[in-house]
Amino acid sequence: MSNTTAPAPDAGKKEKKRSALAQELLVPVLAVVTGLIVGAIVIAVSGENPFVAYGALFAGSFGTPADFIEGFQIYFSTGETRELVKAIYPFTESLVTATPYIFAGLSVALGFRCGLFNIGAEGQFFIGALTSAFVGYSLKGLPMIVHLPLAILGGALGGALWGTIPGYLKARFGAHEVVNTIMMNWIAFKLSDWLLNGPMKASGFRPVTPNIEPSAELPRFFADPLRFNLGFFIALLVAYLVYWFLFKTTLGFEIRSVGANPDAAKYAGMNIVRNFVLVMFLAGGLAGLAGASQVLGVDHWVGQGFSAGYGFDAIALALLGKSHPLGVVLSALLFGFLRSGATDMQSMARIPIDIISIIQGMVIIFIAAPDIIRWLYRVRAVKKEETVLTRGWGK
Amino acid sequence: MQNPNTLISSAIERRKRISYGFVLLAVGLFIYLLFGLNTQAGVSTTFGLNLAGSQALKVSDLVVPALPVVYAMALIVVFAGAYQLARGVRNTSWLIGILAFTFVVSFLMWAAQDKSFNLTGMLSSSLVRATPIALAALCGVISERSAVINIGIEGIMLMSAQAAVIAASLTGNLYIGLFAALFIGGLVAALHAYLVIRFKVDQVVSGVAINIFGTGVTSFISSRFLQSAGANLNNSGTFPIISIPVLSKIPVLGPVLFENNLVIYLTILLVIVMHIMLFYTPWGLRTRAVGEHPKAADTLGVNVYLTRYVNVILGGVIAGLGGAYFTIGSVGRFDEIMTSGKGFIGLAAMIFGNWNPIGAYTSSLIFGFADSLQVKLQILRVPIPSEFLLMAPYIVTMIILTGVVGRATPPAADGEAYEK
Repeated sequence: MSNTTAPAPDAGKKEKKRSALAQELLVPVLAVVTGLIVGAIVIAVSGENPFVAYGALFAGSFGTPADFIEGFQIYFSTGETRELVKAIYPFTESLVTATPYIFAGLSVALGFRCGLFNIGAEGQFFIGALTSAFVGYSLKGLPMIVHLPLAILGGALGGALWGTIPGYLKARFGAHEVVNTIMMNWIAFKLSDWLLNGPMKASGFRPVTPNIEPSAELPRFFADPLRFNLGFFIALLVAYLVYWFLFKTTLGFEIRSVGANPDAAKYAGMNIVRNFVLVMFLAGGLAGLAGASQVLGVDHWVGQGFSAGYGFDAIALALLGKSHPLGVVLSALLFGFLRSGATDMQSMARIPIDIISIIQGMVIIFIAAPDIIRWLYRVRAVKKEETVLTRGWGK
Repeated sequence: MQNPNTLISSAIERRKRISYGFVLLAVGLFIYLLFGLNTQAGVSTTFGLNLAGSQALKVSDLVVPALPVVYAMALIVVFAGAYQLARGVRNTSWLIGILAFTFVVSFLMWAAQDKSFNLTGMLSSSLVRATPIALAALCGVISERSAVINIGIEGIMLMSAQAAVIAASLTGNLYIGLFAALFIGGLVAALHAYLVIRFKVDQVVSGVAINIFGTGVTSFISSRFLQSAGANLNNSGTFPIISIPVLSKIPVLGPVLFENNLVIYLTILLVIVMHIMLFYTPWGLRTRAVGEHPKAADTLGVNVYLTRYVNVILGGVIAGLGGAYFTIGSVGRFDEIMTSGKGFIGLAAMIFGNWNPIGAYTSSLIFGFADSLQVKLQILRVPIPSEFLLMAPYIVTMIILTGVVGRATPPAADGEAYEK
């Protein structure tokens, strides 16, 4: 008798856990779906067929099953890889696009955990790209084992310093990080304009940096058209490190405490100023890594308008991932597939890539206002503590 | 026995006094080294006071010897620094004023030495360039006085700028364009208000979402429709310059203040009206009460939610006017991301102006000045890369935000959702 009843509470717990996870995932998933529906309406209003457009989006991000089958058939029968490469190109390209998203999303998420809103990921991304490119092309004759880590570190450090400035201004003077990080973005754009037209310009007419040395390139796994590289796995590793730092270390606990309630943290003897500066340093470093991964793994040089909004997308991404590293990785993958597919959608269905920003704006609103989603889909709310995301001026 | 607290605070005061003094001395030295040593002796700077094509009475230009003025400016700063070290000034904003004034004057002397520099033109363009910043700041003032932070001003301005140009190009009527801009501004602000009041969405997050959405939707429309249709949708013309009779004849002041277009006059009018409304009417009292202590206001029968809705939407209409400035108020066409951070600079102006309409307008003028200085210096071919000059408005914003935010006091309930 007791044997049959014993597992029951355990099973119930498991059941509960599963439904809690489902609840956790429900709102983000519905938010994305609703965002896509709004996007479809916009596409329809602008006079195109949303099914055709999203079809192109899907084919552009995953590839088509027919291509896969054909590619593998040709590969196994003849050993010819060209068709296979063509088939898996969209999928790997999406992973390539997701890589900087993971880093940039972690950057914004880390800020949120400490109650800081880092809108400056875009500028930090840019500066990180420039510094890593500089290390990449100016040092010559180093072995890869030295040069590559140096270039990665250079990118992280550049972004970190760029992030530290608004962090310090916030911690020391209470100047709101939202305005200051945006100003730092504009300054970074102008600074990069100057660097690309002056000190860092390669010979030639175009305002771009020289190509980095091969010893600073992140190794790629396949032959040329496929750009899938080591950066993706470094991003996953860093995501794990951020998770470990936030949830398994004392410092991470301090950061989360400051984010949850700065007054309580202060009474507990935690140093708010130091935590703000540290978090913006780390967040800037993560955004810098995003830039470095793009330069060292994909482009191998930096040009004007290099970033294409990764830093801004990262905000939506971090919110969607509930500022949790695992959530960030998942939503970075989603955004990577969206963005990579949208490029195809732009060329095939004539839908401007800006549709992605529209969808993102909607997703942010739905995530920040889960009540709308619950009201739309008649889902009941679960009671849980609300996290404070941002604060007013000088608080 | 002295109270230990006053001892500590006087020690802090003392350290602050000394650091201010040293900063002033350093700036004096800086002016001497940078501008004094690089200005040729015996050369004069001409400040033009007449604007070509204006109706103002002509006056003779101001010609000043460059080097002596630079030295005089350096001396003033050094004197102020020495006085501060020795005695201390209670009101430090005077010192900041002296610092800014001497620095700008000596900078201009150095930059325009042996050349002519049109002062009236520069002031006039400062006023024009301050307008969108001021309108963003006024939008911030009116919504934050009722305790709703609106960081989405940039996105609102972008959307209304585009709406204005499209409506005006379609109908051929600039006033319909203006109306479209105001309508879109109010509509988007209403969405913001609905999200933060009804759904209690984090106010900053909602604002950021509006910015991202605004950038996306305007770029989408721009590349999908405006570029292909060309001149049909994106060529509206601009509001004409209206010269106010008699007043526009005044030298210097006339061309600066009384030869402008509708948007700029409306902005100045708005500053005055909003000041009176906020501080001398029951509506203003209610607004401020809702911003400072919503619970108390609610207890006294003020409808907190309604007040917030009205203020945020009015703010959106003002930001819509700011958007109209970018297209039908200045260039007559829409370009992607043409607001280039003006909405955020406006928020800094609002803080610097201590959430007062007149203060916000005055500080917008400073940003406008920095912006137009940057343009003028590019024309003068100053040996500073243009990219660095372009950074100036953003750097000034950061400095002001950092230096002032500690002393400025936002409305007490700013940014907090109100739960009945």
